[in-house]
Amino acid sequence: MFDLTLTQLADGLERGDFSSQELTQAWLERIQREDAQYNAYITLTPELALQQAAQADAQRAAGQAGRFTGLPIAHKDIFCTIGVKTSCGSKMLDNFIAPYNATLVERFNTAGAVMLGKTNMDEFAMGSSNENSYYGPVRNPWDTTRVPGGSSGGSAAAVAARLAPAATGTDTGGSIRQPAALCGITGLKPTYGRVSRYGMIAYASSLDQAGPMTRTAADAALMLQVMAGHDPRDSTSAEVAVPDYTAQLDLPLKGLRIGLPDEYFSSSLDSQIAAQIQQALRQFEALGATCKPIRLANTARCIPAYYIIAPAEASSNLSRFDGVRYGYRCEEPKDLMDLYTRSRGEGFGREVKRRIMIGTYALSAGYYDAYYRKAQQIRRLIQQDFVEALKEVDVIMGPVTPHTAFAIGEKNNDPVAMYMEDIFTLSLNLAGLPGMSIPCGQVAGLPVGLQIIGNYFAEDKLLNIAHQFQQATDWHTQSPVKL
Amino acid sequence: MEWETVIGLEIHVQLSTQTKIFSGASTAFGAEPNTQACAVDLALPGTLPVFNENALRMAVMFGLAVNAEIGKRSVFERKNYFYPDLPKGYQTTQLAEPIVGPGYIDIETEEGGTRRVRIHHAHLEEDAGKSLHEDFHGMTGIDLNRAGTPLVEIVSEPDMRSAKEAAAYARKIHAIVTTLGICDGNMAEGSMRCDCNVSIRPKGSETLGTRTELKNINSFRFIERAIETEVARQIDLIEDGGRVVQETRLYDPDRNQTRSMRSKEEANDYRYFPCPDLLPVVIDETYIEQIRQTLPELPDARKARFITEYQLSEYDAGVLCADSAQADYYEALVKQTGDAKLAANWVMGELAKNLNQQDLDIRQSPVSATQLAGLLVRIKDETITGKIAKQVFEILWSEGGNADAIIDAKGLKQVTDTGAIEAAVDQVIAQCTPQVEQYLAAEPDKRGKMLGFFMGQVMKLSQGKANPGQVQGLLKTKLDALLPK
Amino acid sequence: MSLDHSDVARIAHLARLEVSDAEISEFASSLNSILSLVDAMQATDTQGVEPLAHPLDSVQRLRADEVSEVNQREALQTCAPAVEDGLFLVPRVIE
Repeated sequence: MFDLTLTQLADGLERGDFSSQELTQAWLERIQREDAQYNAYITLTPELALQQAAQADAQRAAGQAGRFTGLPIAHKDIFCTIGVKTSCGSKMLDNFIAPYNATLVERFNTAGAVMLGKTNMDEFAMGSSNENSYYGPVRNPWDTTRVPGGSSGGSAAAVAARLAPAATGTDTGGSIRQPAALCGITGLKPTYGRVSRYGMIAYASSLDQAGPMTRTAADAALMLQVMAGHDPRDSTSAEVAVPDYTAQLDLPLKGLRIGLPDEYFSSSLDSQIAAQIQQALRQFEALGATCKPIRLANTARCIPAYYIIAPAEASSNLSRFDGVRYGYRCEEPKDLMDLYTRSRGEGFGREVKRRIMIGTYALSAGYYDAYYRKAQQIRRLIQQDFVEALKEVDVIMGPVTPHTAFAIGEKNNDPVAMYMEDIFTLSLNLAGLPGMSIPCGQVAGLPVGLQIIGNYFAEDKLLNIAHQFQQATDWHTQSPVKL
Repeated sequence: MEWETVIGLEIHVQLSTQTKIFSGASTAFGAEPNTQACAVDLALPGTLPVFNENALRMAVMFGLAVNAEIGKRSVFERKNYFYPDLPKGYQTTQLAEPIVGPGYIDIETEEGGTRRVRIHHAHLEEDAGKSLHEDFHGMTGIDLNRAGTPLVEIVSEPDMRSAKEAAAYARKIHAIVTTLGICDGNMAEGSMRCDCNVSIRPKGSETLGTRTELKNINSFRFIERAIETEVARQIDLIEDGGRVVQETRLYDPDRNQTRSMRSKEEANDYRYFPCPDLLPVVIDETYIEQIRQTLPELPDARKARFITEYQLSEYDAGVLCADSAQADYYEALVKQTGDAKLAANWVMGELAKNLNQQDLDIRQSPVSATQLAGLLVRIKDETITGKIAKQVFEILWSEGGNADAIIDAKGLKQVTDTGAIEAAVDQVIAQCTPQVEQYLAAEPDKRGKMLGFFMGQVMKLSQGKANPGQVQGLLKTKLDALLPK
Repeated sequence: MSLDHSDVARIAHLARLEVSDAEISEFASSLNSILSLVDAMQATDTQGVEPLAHPLDSVQRLRADEVSEVNQREALQTCAPAVEDGLFLVPRVIE
């Protein structure tokens, strides 16, 4: 049962091979038995899960089941879930029981999903290793001395270690794609605006986007079908029709034009990873695709632009955590200033404070033009590069990360080295484009991810391409755990 | 040295929308603390703003009313600072691209002329909550019901030259926003609040002096007094060899003085940047034109019409049009009585006096226009005298009802029976021999004035009910008959 | 540009973060290395390039002015650190 994909579980529920309650009970037991070695979950919600499962079974008995009814999944602990702790990986929100549901959570509930629990993450989604969690680091199921990536490291580890059939994640600079790559699963960051951000605790509002983290592209299609769509509560949510993602999975790839950015195959890329990517590209050619080199000239500038824009927005977004209305409040504040500085100083972790300070500085008087404005201009140049490239090719492919999973503690004291890990993922968030990470090989027993970048709202095409690859290869079926 | 005062105003106007600028919570005033602060208003993690279409419409209406350019593209920005009544830690406002661009209004000066006050711009923003400093064991209580109420902040150029002009400008803005119906105008509830930037300079100088900002003044009278007080302080300071410090000051109406708000004024660094949760607001000419078509008659136009249509003096028309509700009341009265002069006298006389005494707005008047019209038609058709009318008005004010019923019940009808009036006149002439003799001995041109005494006596005798015209006629005839031939 | 001890203290104060002296030194060093990474972008010619604030070239949608939220004070205040008579309490604010 734990080796079945989300799609296969949906089929099993439809056939009556098992009930949602049986399924849910089994997964809950597995999590309780196994998660201590990975620390993928912050909160388990067994009562709620079994209650939702019972409801799903009743719906199925009444003939009212949809495709998602009764399927158990995990939510990243960045999504507000009513009556359940929503910590965002922070001491600041350790005591925060959300009084409302994120739109995404509401949509899964309406579709009949069962929530197993809330997954671990880098505090406020700031990190690429999941070492920045108040609840401790998550361990990579392929090698528990290594990081799973971040910030959606808990979701990635849970799916890889068969502790959830699928999970939700969020991606501000690579936070879905990078952990998906490092844990050998499938991750999709949709187009900015495709999935509602309401109830998803903001890191950088103009970059944040939620997406599915699954074992296969077909599972991601199933998940995205539930997540995508316009939300009147989110001004930045797109009013663009949602296609049937599953219906297009089987289209052939003949004639597909793949662009390969020179900049993504540069010296910073590990040569063994490069070899795995090349092999995947040969596979696509075998499926009828053609490859051609393209230029994304401003690629290297995505790091400075991102590390101004994201912290600037974050410095403002995180001002609401002030110890007044919810969240952590310091003991015995002696005055208002003390309440603010100690609640925030004690409630936030080191990386969060670092980014708040970078952002505060970048927006402060006299520096705005040199930093923030400049970064937004570079952001446009980066976007233009993609728009031009995507006139000549259907999709762009390349690596997700320059290295495979690194050791816990290896880069934790060197923020710049950590930021450099994001070089291939940040650009998409700046441009707002959709991107996927799918397993395409291994180096020394650690998974390697292939990144597929598409045009705005071309999630259906990305899923189709990924699915076709997964029909021809078995990297996505490799498991780090023995069942 | 002779000094010139330079004043610029920033007026915050609360828009009378049903809901907040970025959330669907109600804006109604006076609810229990925090019962109208929803998840968005409390800045709960993950919540997002969505812009209220009515706030946009109202801001555009205001822009059109002050002859301003309308921003076809406006952008919300975040003004970052920490304060307990500011839940997000930033105020969503507009800076570089506001909804209303440069415009102007004309105000009447003390000398009877007009002065054009330029409006630099007006922008949309959200109000903050309220801090309550009553004793909560030495703590401050925060009520966020007001947080997110839409505001238009109207920023003038430093074009005013006296406290009176500043107050006249504020009154004019008040008249415009109430006429447009975009603000309830209730200053006591904070629906309109004023910050005054005040500086002085030697008369004839072109350079601006260092200004101070007087914060949050919520009455026209206080605007005037606060500025006068502050100007006097600045003059004293400079003439004693001191310098004005740029700072925020608070006006204390009880002591009639201004004082510095913070001893150690912290240099503000608001770190403005475009709000990434909101997209640019884009409107087109069609949208603006549609709003232009729906604009009501504005105070200046209405005043001009009152002067020509109702033959009112410039002053009376100005007073009546200063508040749109008052002008509406007046016009309803004119429509129902057909007497513009009588209606004006009553609105600015008895009605205004009673409203002032009880500190009421005309919208809260216990006597409606229809009730008052019922009274005025009885004056006009001479059923009652003006003096009796005031008694009836007092009853209408305190007990309600309608004029006719009160007149009937109290027997206040005017006496027009010639026989009864003649009897009263005869009685007065008979009883007041000394005054009659004086009358008869007086120069002819003085007699008219002396008639007043006898009028008073007859009216008193008839308990105010005798028709004054008839009384006057009869008195004159009968007294003149006594004159030696 | 390089930040010294007092710059970091000023930024921390603006952001209302209490940081110890030891932390200030550590932050100064990491912020400076991040800033040197970021300063690489100054070499890019962006003359005449319109800043991009949102990836989607879209405009603000408008919400009808209708009350959609009901009073949920009790639920919304369950996680509040200090509440009395429906008010959030903070140390006394002196004006």
